[in-house]
Amino acid sequence: MAENDIAISVDSVSKFFKLPHESNNSIKARFTNSIRKKNKGYEVQHALQGISFDIKKGEFFGIAGRNGSGKSTLLKILAGIYQPTKGTVRADGKLVPFIELGVGFNPELSGRENVYLNGALLGFNRKEIDAMYDEIVEFAELAKFMDQKLKNYSSGMQVRLAFSVATRAKADIMLIDEVLAVGDADFQRKCYDYFKALKKTDMTIVFVTHDMSAVREYCDRAILIEGGHITHEGKASTIADEYLKLFMDKGSALVINEANRWGSGEVTFSDISHKVTQSDITISFTLNNNTDKTFDETIDFGLDFYSEDKLITGTHYNQSHTKGLSLSSKQKKKVISVFPNTLGMKNYSINMNIKTDKGLVVCEEFTSAVNFYNTHGKSTFFPVVTDADFKIE
Amino acid sequence: MKQKFLKKYRYSLILLRELVITDFKLRYQGSALGYIWSLLRPLALFAILYVVFVKFLPVGKGIPHYPVYLLLGIVVWNYFTEVSNNGVGAIVGRGDLIRKLNFPKYVIVLAGSFSALINLALNLVVVVIFAVASGVEVSIGSLWAPLLLVELFVFSLSVAFLLSALFVKLRDINYIWEVLMQGAFYGTPIIYPINSIPVIAQKVLILTPPAQIMQDLRQAFIWPQAATVGTIYGTEWARLIPVAFVAVFAVFSMLYFRRHAKNFAEEV
Repeated sequence: MAENDIAISVDSVSKFFKLPHESNNSIKARFTNSIRKKNKGYEVQHALQGISFDIKKGEFFGIAGRNGSGKSTLLKILAGIYQPTKGTVRADGKLVPFIELGVGFNPELSGRENVYLNGALLGFNRKEIDAMYDEIVEFAELAKFMDQKLKNYSSGMQVRLAFSVATRAKADIMLIDEVLAVGDADFQRKCYDYFKALKKTDMTIVFVTHDMSAVREYCDRAILIEGGHITHEGKASTIADEYLKLFMDKGSALVINEANRWGSGEVTFSDISHKVTQSDITISFTLNNNTDKTFDETIDFGLDFYSEDKLITGTHYNQSHTKGLSLSSKQKKKVISVFPNTLGMKNYSINMNIKTDKGLVVCEEFTSAVNFYNTHGKSTFFPVVTDADFKIE
Repeated sequence: MKQKFLKKYRYSLILLRELVITDFKLRYQGSALGYIWSLLRPLALFAILYVVFVKFLPVGKGIPHYPVYLLLGIVVWNYFTEVSNNGVGAIVGRGDLIRKLNFPKYVIVLAGSFSALINLALNLVVVVIFAVASGVEVSIGSLWAPLLLVELFVFSLSVAFLLSALFVKLRDINYIWEVLMQGAFYGTPIIYPINSIPVIAQKVLILTPPAQIMQDLRQAFIWPQAATVGTIYGTEWARLIPVAFVAVFAVFSMLYFRRHAKNFAEEV
C-alpha cells in the first residue's frame, strides 16, 4: 500500500494512566507521600496496550468496544488530546474531533455569539462564519432565538445549534464519538442523513461507537477493542458480530460454540434443508426454544446469502413483519422460507442467525448453514430480490 | 513572511480573538454600570488610599503630584494582580474544553492577559487625565513608558503561565498566591516612597519587577527625581538586572508551560 494512501497511522500505541489512591494534588499529600516511600500514591492503569492499525484515506472507519475497553481513550489520542505513553500516531491532513457537541458553549452568551465561539474552536474565522451563518441558523431551525442567551434554550435546541455548527466543519479527517446518540427521533434522522452525506465525501471518518447497526450501515472497516487490545480488525459486519459475541460469553451454560456456530443457545436452528428449482430457492428449518422462557414477539431470524465471501443479499423476519416471532417455553416452530431464484450460476452459502432483544442478543449465528451450487442460475445477473415468503407452521 | 506566520498561527489567532471578545463581554454582563466598573474599581481604591495617606497619614509629603503618583502605582499593581489571579485558574477553569479538544493551550492564558490589557489602557487614560488636571509637566522621559509597559506585560504574562501550569498539579497554589499577593502589596512601594525604608530593603525591593516598573514609570512620567534601580544602586547599569531577570523568567515559565501543556487534558 502506498504511504500517501494512509490518513492515520497508529504504531504500537500504549497509554497508561496513573490513578492516585487519594487526591495527591495538595502539598500536604505530596509531603506525606514522599516520607512514606512504600506508598507510591498511585496505581497504574493500562488503558491501551500496543495498538497498531492504519486508516486509509476516504475510509469510514469504526472503533467498537464495550464501556471501559479503551476506545474513547484511543479516540482522544487520535485527536491529540492525550499523549500516548508509548508509540506514535501520525495523521495526514486537517483533523477535527467531535468528542462532544457544543464544546465551549457558554450559557451566558447569546445563540449568535455561541455560533462564533464554537466556530472559532472548529477553526473558522469571523468572515467564514458570517458567510455560513444563515445556513447554520436555518438548519438548526432557531432563527427566532439567536439573540437569546443560550441558558434560555432547551437542551434540544442547544444540541440542534451545536450540531448545525458541527456539520459545517471541513476537514480531511473527522473523529466522531457517540455524540449522535442524543436527541429525539427527528434529530437522529438528521444525524443519519448527515452520516450518509459524509460517507459520500472523500473525508476520512473515524467513528467510535457501541451501536452495531451503525457500524454495519456506515463503516467500511472497523476494529474491536477489548481490555486495551485490538482483538479483531476487519470488515465492519464481522466486527459487529464479534462485538455481539462479547456479550454471549457471559451467558448461561447453553452457549454453543462450534467452529461455525455460536450464540447464547437459547433458541437454535435444527433440521435445516434446502431445495433449489428453476423458480425458487426453498430453505426449511426448525426454530427450537431451548429454555423455559417465553419469547413474546421478540424473536427475529435472518438468512444472508454469500458468494465468494461477499454478501449478495439477505433478509430477516422483521423486514416483512412488524412484530417479532413468539415462542413459548420449549416450543418448536417449523419455518419454510421461499426465495425467488434470481441468483447467478455460482456457489452460494447461507449464514443464518436468530436474535432477540432488538438484535442485541444473538441466540445463534450459524455460518455456512447451507451450501449449494445454483444449477438453475441465470446467466445474466438479475437484480436480486430479497422478499422472502416465510411460512410458519 | 507575514503570510507564513498567519498560516502557522491562524487557529491560535482566531481562538485568541474569540476568547478575548467573550471574556470582555462576559465580564460585566448584567451589571448596570458595565465597563465603567473597570474604571471605578481602581478609582475607589485610590479614593480610600488618598483619604488615608494624603489627609490622615501624609506619607507622600515630599512627592510632587502625589495623588497622580499613587494612582499610577495602583493602576500598575492592579494590572499585575488581575493577570496573575486570572492566570492561576485559567487552565483548570477551561478543563472542560481541554478534555474535549486539542488546541494551543497558551491561547487561554494569553487571552486572559489581553483582556486585562484593555482594562490597563482604559485606566492609563484616567491617569493621564488626572496628570493633566494636576499640572504634571510631560517630560521627554515619557517616551520610555511604552517599553516599560511591554516589560510589565511580559512579566505578568510569564507569572500567569507559570501559575496556571502549577495549579493543574498543585491545587494549593491559589491560596499561596493570595497570601503572597497580600504581602507583596505592602512589599511594593505603591503607597509609600521607596526611600522611606532602610537602604538594604530598598535594594531588594526595587529589583522586583512590579516595583522597578512602577518606579521607572513614575520617573519617566511624573517625577524625574523618583528613585529607580539606577539611583538606588548608584549606577544606571543596574537597570539591566531586573530586565535580565524578566527575560530569563519569561523563557523559563513559557518552557515550563509548554512542557506540561501536553498533559493538561489528563490532569485538569
